[in-house]
Amino acid sequence: MIPELGNFALIVALLLALTQAVLPLIGAQRGNLTLMAVARPAAQGQFVFVLIAYFCLVYAFITNDFSVENVARNSFSQLPEIYRFTATWGSHEGSFLLWVLILAFWTTAVSVFSRHLPDDMVARVLGVMGLISVGFLAFLLTTSNPFDRLLPAAADGRDMNPLLQDWGMIIHPPMLYMGYVGFAVAFAFAIAALLSGRLDAAWARWSRPWTTVAWAFLTLGIMLGSWWAYRELGWGGWWFWDPTENASFMPWIAGTALIHSLAVTEKRGAFKAWTVLLALIAFSLSLLGTFLVRSGVLSSVHAFATDPARGAFILGFLVIVIGGSLALFAWRAPKMLTGGRFNWFSREALLLANNVVLLAALGSVLLGTLYPLLIDALGMGKISVGPPYFNAVFVPLMAPALFLMGIGPLARWKEASLPDMVTRLKWALAISVATGVLLPLTLDGFNAWATFGFAMSMWIVLTVLIGFRERMKNGGRLATLPRSFWGMQLAHFGMAVGVAGITLVANYQEERDVRMNVGDHTTLAGYTFTFQGTTEHAGPNYRAARGTVEVSKDGKKLFVMHPEKRIYNASGMPMTEAAIDPNFFRDVYVALGEPLDNEARAWAVRVFHKPFINWLWFGAVFMVVGGFLAASDRRYRIAVKASAPTGAVAQGA
Amino acid sequence: MKRWLPLVVFLVLVGFFAKGLFLNPREVPSPFIGKAAPAFSLPLVGDANASFSPENMKGKIWLLNVWAPWCVSCRQEHGVLMELAQTQTVPIVGLNWKDKSREAEQLLREQGSPYAAVPDDQTGMVGIDYGVTGTPETYIIDQAGIVRMKHVGPISPDVWKDKIEPKLKELGA
Repeated sequence: MIPELGNFALIVALLLALTQAVLPLIGAQRGNLTLMAVARPAAQGQFVFVLIAYFCLVYAFITNDFSVENVARNSFSQLPEIYRFTATWGSHEGSFLLWVLILAFWTTAVSVFSRHLPDDMVARVLGVMGLISVGFLAFLLTTSNPFDRLLPAAADGRDMNPLLQDWGMIIHPPMLYMGYVGFAVAFAFAIAALLSGRLDAAWARWSRPWTTVAWAFLTLGIMLGSWWAYRELGWGGWWFWDPTENASFMPWIAGTALIHSLAVTEKRGAFKAWTVLLALIAFSLSLLGTFLVRSGVLSSVHAFATDPARGAFILGFLVIVIGGSLALFAWRAPKMLTGGRFNWFSREALLLANNVVLLAALGSVLLGTLYPLLIDALGMGKISVGPPYFNAVFVPLMAPALFLMGIGPLARWKEASLPDMVTRLKWALAISVATGVLLPLTLDGFNAWATFGFAMSMWIVLTVLIGFRERMKNGGRLATLPRSFWGMQLAHFGMAVGVAGITLVANYQEERDVRMNVGDHTTLAGYTFTFQGTTEHAGPNYRAARGTVEVSKDGKKLFVMHPEKRIYNASGMPMTEAAIDPNFFRDVYVALGEPLDNEARAWAVRVFHKPFINWLWFGAVFMVVGGFLAASDRRYRIAVKASAPTGAVAQGA
Repeated sequence: MKRWLPLVVFLVLVGFFAKGLFLNPREVPSPFIGKAAPAFSLPLVGDANASFSPENMKGKIWLLNVWAPWCVSCRQEHGVLMELAQTQTVPIVGLNWKDKSREAEQLLREQGSPYAAVPDDQTGMVGIDYGVTGTPETYIIDQAGIVRMKHVGPISPDVWKDKIEPKLKELGA
């Protein structure tokens, strides 16, 4: 009964989404206020019904209703309750329902926090978001209904993919989707602006906080995904340049470029066409990522359902949404007058240069991701593109991006003076170069990659400090500096921390694969690992061989680690559960490989010493906090107060 | 006309995607097609004294199905294989691949066995000789012991109808 209710709620939501899409857009074109006024209630109603559908699915999972195909395929009676809840988005159907739910959530947020916007703008923005929702709801109902029944019901479920049974996976997908889908808001604003022909600073100011918040969520989502892969895949890696990872990374790069380009459009009225194009690209890449991951055109370590019918539907949808918006862009582009002249050396020029570099990096990732598909489609054979390509192309492109990141915030708008910049930055430059050259010498001898990483990291930290000092000299106090300034500097600082972490772990990690019998020991980076054998261990839905590894340093016992090799009951899938001892400066990581004899006394054991790996996640956290801080800047709220009708002043953006 | 450029680039990509939808990225062409199936001799599951070798099948068209008790998609195709075994179109030999926990015998007793023989490749060496990338994989081997086709992934009724059966007809089974 409950699943049918969910199905019904989805159908109602589709009808409301249609209403929300069609009537307000017509209204906005004709200047009909009654039609435009439909947008808000329709959007909020749609959210309510999608939410009802979602809870129906949650109910089916929690109560182990194996007469629902989706539940039978992705859950299991022995599965702990929290994973039965997260299994709702572990499946193909469920993850799309989550997509739609989050889209409805963002739409509702726009409908609430948009009192200060002109009516036709709101109508268009909500209308465009409604159109996107129509596509996804139709996709769910026609090809991927999460409520499809299974007759006769299965006796038990096939279990959730054991890889996803990790608490990193509990919050990773919702955060990632908040980011992905959040770019729909910037996209809708851009389309609304193209439709109305009003591309001005106000449009950029309205888009900015939404874009920054979506970007912050995406950063968090990617970070959690990387952290999950590090802990759960048992290979000790944190980024694999896998198509699924690239699918989330490409919108992130486009979003980063968009944030910076929006700043120029808002402050100086320049780059209008460019900014609009970036807003379209960021969301297009989110959709493209969904297509790549869900259609099965690319093979990936994250093997998901592959079904050409679904792929064809999404591809058709992509053609309408992306093709339609790019055609609209081409048609309207001549109307976008470029305002605000600027000198070749100015903050505008530096931001433009940074944008170009970011887009080049984006292009290189896109090419590497799609290359196997292009070659295959041309009938030229099967190839795969791996980390060597990405590292060789992407990392050098980051050099100018990081360098410009240091100068941009310190340069004056319109026209900056090169000699003046040199005076302000010469010490920072000298210290950065010295750090880059000298630090590797004290560690492990000269190393070009490490030199580059340390120098860039130091460069950004110093320029951030200079930024604060110059603001203070002009009479600012730390507490009164605007949040957008704090946010930007924190995010840049986070990048420096992340770059430092990546440099250290990539160049100075140590690993060893050894055969270990009970009582054997091995030494790595000063730590001695003693293998004390394995014991059988029964989890809620798996059985495991649990190893005991004692770690000591200089003869002193430090801690005991318990890596596990699990076999999941329902799927029979083996899983490696690494044991990690983290701290601020390093991780010690132990994973069990395969048993090497029949009594399971000798095992292949893999040990890692990973210096400063946690700085990666710390850096990302700084960026996320910076993003939220910048989005909550007073400027956006003041704009609300200035133009809001009385009684609606409490709304923030 | 550079404002049309993004659209043009996108449409070119769409063309590739449309083509890509009908390609299988997991399908890796096997270098063994048209070559003699690598020889081996392995003990049988359930009867370690008896052994199986492709030599035994000379003169017959047969399927070599690589599977393992720990493999989820193998269970998916198990039902299809059971039905096929009943029709007795071709003998199916089930190479039990890397079964470290020794579960194959019990599993086949409980679920039924579609196989004419189940050679036991515990170390996985035979799988390596055949270029197995994962389970399940199925090879069609003809009367002369030549590999004629390889299918990666579970055999669904559609795969059987559209891919394997036509090939068997062509070979004259």
